[in-house]
Amino acid sequence: MSAESATAPATLAEAFAARGLDLPTTRQERWRYTNLRALAARRFEAPAARVDVDLKVIADIPAPRLVIANGRYAPALSDLHGLPEGLRVRLLSEVRRDAPDEAAAWRATDATGPDAAFQQWNGALADEGFVLDVEAGTRVTTPLHLVVLGVEDRAERAFHLRHRIALGAGASLTLVTHHVGIGAHRHLLNTVLQVELGHGAELTQARLQREADGATLIQRTQATLGANAHYRRLDLELGGALSRHELDVTLAGDGAKLDANGVLLADGRRHLDTRLGIAHRGRDTRCELTWRGIARDRARAVFHGGILIAEGADGSNAALSNKNLLLDDGAEIDTQPVLVIHADDVQAAHGATVGRLDDAALFYLRARGLPLAEATAMLTAAFLREPLAVLANEALEATLAAALDARLAGATTQDAT
Amino acid sequence: MLKIDNLHVRVGGRDILKGLSLEVAPGQVHAIMGPNGAGKSTLGHILAGREGYEVTEGSVTYQGKDLLALEPEERAAEGVFLAFQYPVEIPGVNNTYFLRAALNAQRKYRGEPEIDSMGFLKLVRQKLSVLHIKDELLNRAVNVGFSGGEKKRNEIFQLAVLEPTLAILDETDSGLDIDALKLVAEGVNLMRSPERSFLVVTHYQRLLDYIKPDVVHVLADGRIVESGGPELALELEQHGYSWVKDRIAPAGAGA
Repeated sequence: MSAESATAPATLAEAFAARGLDLPTTRQERWRYTNLRALAARRFEAPAARVDVDLKVIADIPAPRLVIANGRYAPALSDLHGLPEGLRVRLLSEVRRDAPDEAAAWRATDATGPDAAFQQWNGALADEGFVLDVEAGTRVTTPLHLVVLGVEDRAERAFHLRHRIALGAGASLTLVTHHVGIGAHRHLLNTVLQVELGHGAELTQARLQREADGATLIQRTQATLGANAHYRRLDLELGGALSRHELDVTLAGDGAKLDANGVLLADGRRHLDTRLGIAHRGRDTRCELTWRGIARDRARAVFHGGILIAEGADGSNAALSNKNLLLDDGAEIDTQPVLVIHADDVQAAHGATVGRLDDAALFYLRARGLPLAEATAMLTAAFLREPLAVLANEALEATLAAALDARLAGATTQDAT
Repeated sequence: MLKIDNLHVRVGGRDILKGLSLEVAPGQVHAIMGPNGAGKSTLGHILAGREGYEVTEGSVTYQGKDLLALEPEERAAEGVFLAFQYPVEIPGVNNTYFLRAALNAQRKYRGEPEIDSMGFLKLVRQKLSVLHIKDELLNRAVNVGFSGGEKKRNEIFQLAVLEPTLAILDETDSGLDIDALKLVAEGVNLMRSPERSFLVVTHYQRLLDYIKPDVVHVLADGRIVESGGPELALELEQHGYSWVKDRIAPAGAGA
């Protein structure tokens, strides 16, 4: 064996096979619209021991702030000033060292089977992540920023992160997750996020994904909500080459509520795939889901809105709206709302549309003097801004709206450099 | 100011305007009255540049220019304003932001400098106080959640800020109670000037109690069938549009 072949990493397909896993294919229903064939042949190296990043690249992200760069915690970039009491922050690497049983137990709920191959791969390799615990009754109002940087270096790398957020009864927390690309890297980020909300707990979480145009992101979020817990969530998918997000939320306790919104801004050659799996198990549970997507150039937006109202989840209420704008012939949008109901006294509504900008609105703006291009941009921005209201936090909405506008105005995802 | 000559317009294969002619001088207020289906709204839309209308014959000249050759935004910047019968709700676009962008787009077209946000706010405050409009409308999305009256008042507010040369009011009175109607009319009257003309399109005479027209036209079956002074509106109020039908029937039958 030559020295070269000994150091060259395996292809992704080989790396999966070495662990007895298969990469999902489009023959699997859950992966039908996302083809991983090109990814399978690529070779990703492990994280480097250290990463150097200039602090100024995250200057616009306020404290308290925790930063992971290329799979490694970056203390020099993090700033824990103003971290409130009652919020315990640990790193997965610490927990694995100090309480390995605790870390191992978190993997017990991981999905199995061929559809969840990335999650299993993550289970085997994840060595870093944010572990947040909020004590019962503690209400944290200052938003905590979790930053995950993909930084260009001489190799293409794969990172496996596992985050865990647990809120005790009556606790509350506001989080902003930033996926930021620095330079033109082509890394693969494989993330699992576990969320557990106790009785009456409230978690507000925004995720701003503005990764590099070559980046691949595979993320699975799995949340379990106790009785009367409330999870507000916003996902802005603005960057990356391929971004797949599986958002699985189980409304386990009676009266649990989920308000999850999202934006898919697919342009260039981007492929953005969001797959919701919402399960109503408790009685009188409620979910409201609003996703907006645009596809232009040769990009593709894929949305699957799966809602299950299980037997016994009587009195549940589910509403899903997915509207999309298809702006170019070379672009594609696939949307699929799926509602399965096994309970009584249920209210459920879902709608998915793919269309163009409203002619009446366009004419109204032009009749007031706005040129066609400006009117189009204004309506597109407004269309995509609608889901932001889910956060019920004006300051945060304004910040995210500005990020969205900057992105629409033609700023690339590489701005931070 | 505005000269419409023998205008024929087709929509979806149907002839809606069939030889409409009309001339408006600077500073004049012309009222266009007519029964439903006469082509009143088509007239407003065609003047503002809405797509989907086919001009098969005739011309529209505005300040010496061929109005029909201009894009909607060019017409707006040239001073044509349409107050919509059904103002469009635009979720996610702030009313003030929209109006400032519109004003600055018009100013840019005319080669005038942009107005900054401070200057714009000053202008807006001044217009609001004159029009008695609550400034809470400013911070909401364009027309979203507005009552019928608020929508129409918002149109008049836009009219006041954009200061057009020719304002077309398309059934601005529809759906308004008498108090809202008075407020809207008051706003329009404040905007009257020797340089600014109005085309007031309405089904009912009552708006004309508050906005006194110089000329009243009766539009029926795609044509102006009668023109006169304000007294014509009162006649219509008394006799109804069936009286108009009687008047056009012989011409139609004899054609």
